[in-house]
Amino acid sequence: MNRNVLIGLVAILLVAPFFLYPVFLMKVLCFALFACAFNLLLGYTGLLSFGHAAFFGASAYVTGHAAKEWGLPFELAVLTGALTAALLGAAVARLAIRRQGIYFAMVTLALAQMVYFFFLQARFTGGENGLQGVPRGYFLGVVDLNDNMALYYVVAAIFLAGYLGVARVVNSPFGQILKAVRENEPRAISLGYDTDRVKQTAFILSAGLAGLAGGVKAIVFQLASLTDAHWHQSGEVVLMTLLGGVGTLLGPVVGATVVVTLQNRLSEGALNAYVPVVLGAIFVVCVLAFRRGVVGEALAFLKRGKE
Amino acid sequence: MMELIGISPQVLLGQLLLGLINGSLYAVLSLGLAIIFGLLNIVNFTHGAQYMLGAVAAWAGLKFLGLNYWWALILSPVVVGAIGVLIEKTMLKRLAHVDHLYGLLLTFGLALIFEGSLVHWLGVSGQPYPVPPELRGGVNLGFMFLPWYRGWVVVASLTVCLLTWFLIERTKIGAYLRAGTENPALLKAFGVNVPLLVSLAYGYGVALAAFSGVLAAPIFQVSPLMGSNLIIVVFAVVVIGGMGSITGSIFTGLMMGVIEGLTKVFWPEASATVIFVIMAIVLLVRPAGLFGRA
Repeated sequence: MNRNVLIGLVAILLVAPFFLYPVFLMKVLCFALFACAFNLLLGYTGLLSFGHAAFFGASAYVTGHAAKEWGLPFELAVLTGALTAALLGAAVARLAIRRQGIYFAMVTLALAQMVYFFFLQARFTGGENGLQGVPRGYFLGVVDLNDNMALYYVVAAIFLAGYLGVARVVNSPFGQILKAVRENEPRAISLGYDTDRVKQTAFILSAGLAGLAGGVKAIVFQLASLTDAHWHQSGEVVLMTLLGGVGTLLGPVVGATVVVTLQNRLSEGALNAYVPVVLGAIFVVCVLAFRRGVVGEALAFLKRGKE
Repeated sequence: MMELIGISPQVLLGQLLLGLINGSLYAVLSLGLAIIFGLLNIVNFTHGAQYMLGAVAAWAGLKFLGLNYWWALILSPVVVGAIGVLIEKTMLKRLAHVDHLYGLLLTFGLALIFEGSLVHWLGVSGQPYPVPPELRGGVNLGFMFLPWYRGWVVVASLTVCLLTWFLIERTKIGAYLRAGTENPALLKAFGVNVPLLVSLAYGYGVALAAFSGVLAAPIFQVSPLMGSNLIIVVFAVVVIGGMGSITGSIFTGLMMGVIEGLTKVFWPEASATVIFVIMAIVLLVRPAGLFGRA
């Protein structure tokens, strides 16, 4: 079953750019990776971070700066961005895990807002204009990334690596400990696990992956802006994960696809001004009637069919 | 002496007053959050939007119905509070038995809906709201000029905070409320209508937010996004103070406003982040918050 899902996913990734605009697909993939990273934390560790845009945005800025001002090649620029996000994640995690549940969400949100103000005021970010004209460069020095198709396949490969990475973590012994923390933290402690450390590790992994997504996005759009670090972005990634299915591997990918498609469609039409209203309405419906999300409901349906 | 370090006492006291105003708004808002959290166990993300709705209701009341400021101060909390009760009855009630994080997500979605749907109507930059004629002008205190309205905001906020404290600590309904925070099942067993109490608590918390929105309307613009960044600061204030005690929320709110005001004078660039930095320090030193129970 899982093998079939994977083969299907790879097949879709391979043929999609022949039917759809590659830049749009790359946007979907960046957000899908971002949502997968977020899901590692919410879905498998039970931690709701309401400040994940800080990592996404920080990496976008650092990647953009590294590629534009330092002249780093694509791979190194993105890697620098992701590492920065992971370091930032380590700092935020240290503070945030001192509180549980709802407070954890509020602390991450507040710290992310602090990061946002830093980017608003720092000189290298270009303030309200953002960091523009980020060069795409060459992949491994040979593949010209200014060609959308070439860039698409690089981005697809990065996404797939990230997705498989999350799957690997979730199915590893470490992933079992994460789920133990999610289900019953005191019990995990009594079994001898240092749950604070487990949570921190998960947070750093998640922040680093979110950074990977943000860095790639900065290269694709050749722009890093305040939108990437704004708390609305943090909210959107929660929505993508919730809509697709919290705690399912494929859920965040489905959720990101739906939300990005919806945003693109709406922004073309007369409803442009009402995008937040539509997103808010989806939020409300999901929470009230659809908490398992698209993939979660589908899995439950299949399970019922078997019984 | 002040002139020696390049800051005039006028500027200092002016910012201190503005800090006190912000602080009293923080106090009323975090008090509302604490009441809602106590009984419903959810963090009301819509709080910022409900603060905004209070201001918008005042503005709309003046423009379309000709209701003056004083009517707005009474009616707009009632109207917005009633909408809150409706939200609680139709939506939040269904979330009582699932993870509390869903409450945060639902109210976040509601905030997006309220703010997004008003942007088109009011414009992002917002609309001015006049200071009521009775409170125009001000008084020269010798060392600074105090506009009447700004003084009124501080006095009115603190009065509402004290009344709320009295309501919760000294009346029968307040005793029910405190009992419900401790153990709703037991309270129900004593024959108290707990679902009604929960609705009222949510409505009251929301009404407090709307009240501070009306107070803020003449000082800041009435804009659809006026509460959206404010609520995050209030969250930080709540983390600093802990939601356990009422006097704690009031005190922390005021203190954070004043600190923010002082930062504006001495290091303007840091004024947007100072409260978050304090939050980080408090988390390191005293994770439960200044007034929280560990």
